[in-house]
Amino acid sequence: MDLLLASLVDGFLLGFIYGIAAMGLTLIWGVMNVINLSHGPIIALGMFTTYLLFMSLGIPPYIGVLLAAVIGLILGVIIYLIAVQRVIDAPHLSSLLATFAVNMIIIGIGTAIFTTSPRNVDFRLGALTLGSITLQYTRIIAALIAILVTGGLYYFLYRTRLGKYIRAVANNRSAAELVGIPSNRVVAISFGLGTMLAAIAGALIATFLPFTILAGGTYETKSFVISVLGGLGNPVGALIGGLILGLLEGIIPAFTQTTWVPVIEFVLFVIILLVRPNGLFGAKE
Amino acid sequence: MNTLRNHLGLIASLVIVVLIGLGPIVSQNAASREVAFTVLRAIALASGLNILLGYTGYVSFGHIVFFGLGGYIGLYMITAQGQSLWVAMLLAGLSSAILAFLLGKSILRLRGAYFALATIGVNEAVRAFINNFEPFGGPIGMSVNFGVYQKYGGAMQALNMSFYVMLALTIVVVIMSYLVKTSKFGLGLLAIREDEDAAEVMGVPAPDSKTWAYVLSAIIPGMVGALFFFKNGSIEPAEAFPLHTSIEMIVMVMLGGQGTVLGPLLGAAGYQRLRGLLLINPLFKNIQLAVSGVVLLIVILFIPAGVVGWLRRRWPQWRRVLQ
Repeated sequence: MDLLLASLVDGFLLGFIYGIAAMGLTLIWGVMNVINLSHGPIIALGMFTTYLLFMSLGIPPYIGVLLAAVIGLILGVIIYLIAVQRVIDAPHLSSLLATFAVNMIIIGIGTAIFTTSPRNVDFRLGALTLGSITLQYTRIIAALIAILVTGGLYYFLYRTRLGKYIRAVANNRSAAELVGIPSNRVVAISFGLGTMLAAIAGALIATFLPFTILAGGTYETKSFVISVLGGLGNPVGALIGGLILGLLEGIIPAFTQTTWVPVIEFVLFVIILLVRPNGLFGAKE
Repeated sequence: MNTLRNHLGLIASLVIVVLIGLGPIVSQNAASREVAFTVLRAIALASGLNILLGYTGYVSFGHIVFFGLGGYIGLYMITAQGQSLWVAMLLAGLSSAILAFLLGKSILRLRGAYFALATIGVNEAVRAFINNFEPFGGPIGMSVNFGVYQKYGGAMQALNMSFYVMLALTIVVVIMSYLVKTSKFGLGLLAIREDEDAAEVMGVPAPDSKTWAYVLSAIIPGMVGALFFFKNGSIEPAEAFPLHTSIEMIVMVMLGGQGTVLGPLLGAAGYQRLRGLLLINPLFKNIQLAVSGVVLLIVILFIPAGVVGWLRRRWPQWRRVLQ
């Protein structure tokens, strides 16, 4: 019972981080109807940013997260300008493959530099004991940062001018263009924001889990599952979806082997796509 | 004579496949036979995918699921049931077709990116399931007892035979691809690709056509899977369902030109050739993936119709050949 509670809380904390990774994916989909297949490599780059800064310069991982965010933002805008901009109105296959090409480029270069051997940020903050369960501080802080980022994103999208521009473009790009919003620039920034969230998620995961340059792929597919759970294009849904997935990952091992987790996740994913393509909280078709 | 002229597109494609196959048969060189096997496998997989992706316009990101499932069914038949390769391949093709039929009835209702995501989900779900499925060896997989190859005249002879079977399968898939394209059924698929609702209004039975296109595109990958893992001697989940190879199949189809018979053929051969060249080049060896990515990006951004599509537009008089 204690074991279940501990793994449940662990999963819940992890869920926040899954949530922001998925929010990045879903934000990009919401604004430009593009599924970003380079999401995983960016998550991995976020991991490596914290890792390199901490291991070579001794910079604390939470400052590394900030830097990872900046790198993610800039990289996203660059990817958009080079690869996505030209195919944004083309059939889905084009944008899927263009972002996948970016995925191949990043993974190719990353593998050449870092190899695929597992890395680990050797960073410990001890653990918090609450009654019978123990929680690592690194996980708690990571979840807190994820909540902070979510709040920041919410504030940005609803209270600032640029955020309102983004929502306007997501709603109707040509109408937004008509009232004078520079839509191409807004879309570029949205893409950057999406990849920034991915990089932050990666940087946070790196503080308490081991990883390789290929690890982003797992989190990318998890982000797909979460985005679909919460409804593609719905950031709040993505956060809730992340929590659901985190909790599931906490609960399932109590009843069966851990290896069944992905089976359940993906079967759920396909079923939700079929039954509720707008997500658990979206309107019916 | 006229009938020959009418089928120039098919003949051109078949000549290329046969030429690729003849090289190692003439030279009797084991290394070049392996290279040709890989190229033929890529052609067969890409041409199979093209029926769904190129003709019908549905992007399946998880098409490798049929290759992996076929491999597992085939190897299970050979190792656990003691069946011959032929029975194994037949059952592998059949089970892929059944899976495709069931999937077709369910996920083909989804359109665009939703369908693409669902196919990724299906591939990952099947992989994760087989990882846990004890009769198929779970995470360790299965391996072929060496004695099995005795039936085919020893391991050496079995390798040789696998090559001929692969060549035959590739020829079958190219003919199938051509027949579908030139049939009324194929016309219906092309109409669905352009505008599904309009096609349905014009009397194309869209849901059934899509399902059968999916089934046709799944059979050959399933059989190729059984053959490949028979020759490989072992199978494990990560090898059988690599999402990455799945997307490479799409790259090959796009590179050559989607929706054409010749396109996937040229795309697959060209892509494999490029990869081979990069792998032996000391400068690019480590970043071959990145270079492939750059090539893909350039194709997507500047020649979205692929090589064959581009040639067709450039030299319209050659359209009869460039089917």
